[in-house]
Amino acid sequence: MTREEIQSAIFELLKKTAPDTDPTSLKPDENIREALNIDSFDALQFLVALNEKLGIDIPEEDYGKTATLGSLTDYLEEKSQ
Amino acid sequence: MSETIKITYREALKAGIREALFNDERVFLMGEDVGRYGGAFAVSKGLLEEFGEDRIMDVPLSEAGFVGAGIGASLAGLKPIVEVMTVNFAMLPMDQIANNAATLLHMSGGQLNVPVVIRMSAGIGKQLAAQHSHSWEPLFAHIPGLIVVSVGTHEDARGMLSTALNSPDPVIIFEYTSMLNMEAEIPADSGPTDISRAKIRREGKDISIITYGIGVYKALEAAKRLSEQGIDAEVIDLRVLRPLDEDCFIKSVSKTHRALLVEEAWSTINVSSEVSARIMEKAFYELDAPVKRLGGIEVPIPYPLHLENASVPQVEDIENAVIKILRP
Amino acid sequence: MTEFLMPSLGADMEAGTLVEWKKKPGDQLKPGDIIAEVETQKGLIEIEVFEAGILEDYLIEEGDKVPVGAPMAKLKSEGTPGKIPEKDSETHPIQEKEQATESEGPVPSDSISEETSSKEKSSEEKHRIKASPLARSIAEKNNVDLTSLTGTGEGGAITKADVEQAMAGEKETPKQSPETTAVKDTVEKKAEQETPSKQVMEPPAPSSKPGQQESIRAAVAAAMSRSNREIPHYYLEKKIDMLAAMSWLKDTNRQREISGRLLPAVLFIKAVAKAIDSTPALNAVWDNGLQLKNEVNIGFVISLRAGGLLVPAIRNADTKNVDEIMTALNDMIPRARALKLRSSELSDSTITITSLGENGAEKVFGVIYPPQVAIVGFGSIVNEPLVHDGMLAVRPVLHVTLAGDHRATDGLTGSRFLEALNNHLQNPEKL
Repeated sequence: MTREEIQSAIFELLKKTAPDTDPTSLKPDENIREALNIDSFDALQFLVALNEKLGIDIPEEDYGKTATLGSLTDYLEEKSQ
Repeated sequence: MSETIKITYREALKAGIREALFNDERVFLMGEDVGRYGGAFAVSKGLLEEFGEDRIMDVPLSEAGFVGAGIGASLAGLKPIVEVMTVNFAMLPMDQIANNAATLLHMSGGQLNVPVVIRMSAGIGKQLAAQHSHSWEPLFAHIPGLIVVSVGTHEDARGMLSTALNSPDPVIIFEYTSMLNMEAEIPADSGPTDISRAKIRREGKDISIITYGIGVYKALEAAKRLSEQGIDAEVIDLRVLRPLDEDCFIKSVSKTHRALLVEEAWSTINVSSEVSARIMEKAFYELDAPVKRLGGIEVPIPYPLHLENASVPQVEDIENAVIKILRP
Repeated sequence: MTEFLMPSLGADMEAGTLVEWKKKPGDQLKPGDIIAEVETQKGLIEIEVFEAGILEDYLIEEGDKVPVGAPMAKLKSEGTPGKIPEKDSETHPIQEKEQATESEGPVPSDSISEETSSKEKSSEEKHRIKASPLARSIAEKNNVDLTSLTGTGEGGAITKADVEQAMAGEKETPKQSPETTAVKDTVEKKAEQETPSKQVMEPPAPSSKPGQQESIRAAVAAAMSRSNREIPHYYLEKKIDMLAAMSWLKDTNRQREISGRLLPAVLFIKAVAKAIDSTPALNAVWDNGLQLKNEVNIGFVISLRAGGLLVPAIRNADTKNVDEIMTALNDMIPRARALKLRSSELSDSTITITSLGENGAEKVFGVIYPPQVAIVGFGSIVNEPLVHDGMLAVRPVLHVTLAGDHRATDGLTGSRFLEALNNHLQNPEKL
């Protein structure tokens, strides 16, 4: 999976979670949940959806690595290898 | 601007009677002490000398008898003005009024009109105590078949009688003892009063004060004071209490969206009750505040002046009630 | 024969608009079937039937707005083979059922904390909101939400001037209030954005009408104003050591697929449900006196992205295990956000929980949702220095608050409740 494909999946699912926002305007080091105002329930739902879409498991202890757009993309890219 | 004349309420009433006597020879005045004595309240003073005994007729002290006689005379084609000295005595001829005058057109299948006019002096304000201080307009306004009018201004004191005499149906006129000596300016050429219509005495946009009789001048005075406080009150003189000129006050309330109903009659089942009900029926969605009534306190009217004053709405009461509605 | 009536989806609802029939005349109905979709302030609500029978005929059409209790359809009840004369059966059987539902909330409906809907509101408010008839009619014509206004008339009644001022303040076309337009705009914009690339990304609430958010805002305003006006709140706070609970949660989640993982909120809900055992007076409503509730239906505050809250209830939370509660949340939260709740989720909850989630404020002092008598507030869990076994340690700490109705209970009851809550959270495996 290319980095672009991963990002486009992230954007798509973030848009679904927070339809009133524009995820593509996220800066790489911006905290996603803070920037898009996503609560813990929606955050979990987002990760579940990522898991379903990309088939990548995200253990709970790795949640910290999913905080920013950059770290999340890196994390998923690495796991998808 | 037409010329005005200064006139008392008493003189205006008398002018109305004189005019009627002049204009139609079928018209005559009958009542207790209306002739030699000149009327209990001196309204007909001098008319006996001017028009003679056939037109100005003293009657025995029997209201049931002479009101009945007046009704009979009207059936026979005459135009009697029957004076019941005060409304306090009006329960005695009530049978004649309610069972004959009001019903004969119906009972005769439309053959018999009863064009009688019955004048009564009413209201409080002269320390006459419980038995002589009645505001019984609502009792009469209750009865279909009657036309009930209330003389709230000098103009109407002069102009109401001639219209009443032209009515084919019995007309009860309420005049107010306490206003007899009041002076006011009226147009010198003020003509007949339309007794089918209420009259907007003062236009305003903030609230409709709906009243009649003694309430009219009080409401106008209150409106004047209120205007100094930036409140623009409309004052409606109902003038005819049966049949009510609903159009007039519904239109007014639809414009101002608020109504204060003022009268001296006891509050329970008075004219205001009816007006209020009709506002609910016809203008509910125009209301921006609950309709408020200011009526007589429900006690026999007391003799002492301060208690008498306290038993009916005064100018300050009207003023305060309006302010309370508009600036709660 | 009986009639199916417009149900009351919460004490404040007075009317609903039929959006769609889900059953046709002749269809067999069993309890729990969705018979229709009704538009209310909370969104499109799926209306369930509570009796078996056959749908005979529609009495109202799609698009009709009718008051609560108005007949919607004729049903032939099972077991009453049409022998009973119509007169007798008329509306009573179902009506009684509906009424029971409304007051006690057996089958249908759970919670929802606010009142009414913008349209329904106009009639609903008649009982609750003081406004002159003129103000009402102007507001209705101009889509002004009376619940959001403060009255300056007699006894606080809303007058024409108040409505006009609100309209002037909003500088809007007379047809729509601004917020309505704003919401509509964004929805339309979204629609535009989405059409080209057919992608996925539906707007969250395609079923919600513009103005829905606004009416929810207004409903929150009305409910909270009433609460602050009527309910003498007392507040208690307890600091809870969450080490045990968080460790247990971590262990549990580690063994699970991501879709089966639990959120701390599940523990909060369950612990509250259990703690109520020791203080049943907090699981109640105040209606001219304290009325204890047998069921424990926990209203869970869900904030909407566009502002406002919904509070669907997790029914019988005391009898559900943590997984069932998580399942309930997974089902309910997305539907609440899409303003699509079922009538059975819209009755009265018996106590409310508000939880800020992580990274939020550390304490939340709730405003009770009337007629309930308590709201439990969970702040975010933060590491704090804490004395534990005589030693100072850094532990995950949760600040729990209780706002109680002082007419109904006293601080001692509340204190007992928080103590019980603490005990349950210290033993997460037993929850």
